[in-house]
Amino acid sequence: MNLTLKIWRQNGPEDKGRMEIYPVQDINPDMSFLEMMDVLNEQLIAEGKDPIAFDHDCREGICGMCSMFINGEAHGPGRRITTCQLHMRSFNDGDTIVVEPWRAAAFPVIKDLATDRSAFDRIQQAGGYVSVNTSGNTIDANAIPVPKTDADRAFDAATCIGCGACVATCKNSSAMLFVSAKVSQYALLPQGKVEAKERVRKMVNQMDIEGFGNCTNTGACEVECPVGISLENIARMNREYLSASLSSAE
Amino acid sequence: MAKSALLGSSLAKKYWMALTGLFLSIFLVAHLAGNLVLLGGEAMAEDFNAYAEFMTTFPVIKIISYLLYASILFHAIDGIMLTIQNRKARPVKYHYEKPSANSGWASRNMAFLGTIVLLFIVGHMATFWWRMKFGEMPIDAAGQKDLYTVVATYFTTASTAWLHVALYVVAMIAIGFHLWHGLQSAFQSLGVNHPKYTPVIKKIGQIFAVVIPALFAIIPIFMFINQ
Ligand code: SF4
Ligand code: FES
Repeated sequence: MNLTLKIWRQNGPEDKGRMEIYPVQDINPDMSFLEMMDVLNEQLIAEGKDPIAFDHDCREGICGMCSMFINGEAHGPGRRITTCQLHMRSFNDGDTIVVEPWRAAAFPVIKDLATDRSAFDRIQQAGGYVSVNTSGNTIDANAIPVPKTDADRAFDAATCIGCGACVATCKNSSAMLFVSAKVSQYALLPQGKVEAKERVRKMVNQMDIEGFGNCTNTGACEVECPVGISLENIARMNREYLSASLSSAE
Repeated sequence: MAKSALLGSSLAKKYWMALTGLFLSIFLVAHLAGNLVLLGGEAMAEDFNAYAEFMTTFPVIKIISYLLYASILFHAIDGIMLTIQNRKARPVKYHYEKPSANSGWASRNMAFLGTIVLLFIVGHMATFWWRMKFGEMPIDAAGQKDLYTVVATYFTTASTAWLHVALYVVAMIAIGFHLWHGLQSAFQSLGVNHPKYTPVIKKIGQIFAVVIPALFAIIPIFMFINQ
């Protein structure tokens, strides 16, 4: 396939950035989108030009590193996939494809299509953990009974790969889907319940500090999330935060 | 905690938006109940006037009405703050976006729809509420302020009556779209989301969003046609 790519180029965080046009030829429809980008980059290197920076790691949909806003959608067209799982057969010969980085104040561009998503790490560090002593006295996982439905819902929440597509796709750049998944995966389990109130307050507070926008329930995040994290998690976080805030002494 | 959890945080904005929004929705029903008396025409004019008198003078209703004004203000200010912060959260816009692929039109245009509704409320209150409370009012046979005649004149005999009706209908359409997203959204914001009940809440919200504004809109149309 022959394609025209319109790609965002930005030399660094301070650069203003611009869209640039790159034609590519003889793309195999069975390539992934990232492999197509590799082909383009090899071409650029051969021409003595600066290759396009983009994030990637596992290339099998589990790490959440690959990003890219493709043709107006996070991770491009198709549902429940990351960019590494997007194949060129989803496009037609002769198409023009627009590729941009995640755009949010909280995810500043490092270079070209690579953004700094460490805001997610700081939210996680603010409360996304369980304080247990793990040295030398490991307890059998089944020692505490957990209802199957709770375990399933906690597991579903825990499948969030922290990719940031929810933020990228939200018209408000809100991180509520991500944070609610992290809040839920602990709040649903007995081990996590102990610190649930403190956790939700700390994580929401950190989310606000990082400069993510406010959720207005458009539901776009749920549609674009590669692992299908549900809006039910946001409702759970809303409940948890409300009760934690009402009952706190501060 | 940096921000007050129940006032300044991102989630606090959700809760207040939802609570005031739900309260305003309930008010719509009460308002509509009174307005429907207008469909009775001249014959029911005195009943309508009695209702209007009751609504503006009964003490309990007065307290509720202050709560109502406060809710409108809070809902609007909350919305403005939200919009400003959300703009700041994405300083560089996308060159190409396909929002219809993942969200509904009403859900993405709540600020725009809300602005239309707010402008309408201001005009609406200036036309009827202000006059009823502070202006010169005709008096009906029972000695009550004759709001019926004021309304009838506005929508039927005034030279721009057709425009009044048209603007009213446009505002009702805006309220309809605003409610289409807003009602079910309020439940989600307050943490009510359940696989069994949420589809029902959504359906009821959508029916409400169509039926209530439609009934409001029918009244001036009916008066205009029947003049
Ligand atoms: S909730 Fe979904 S879209 Fe958001 S970071 Fe997690 S996996 Fe990505
Ligand atoms: S590269 Fe790991 S999810 Fe795409």
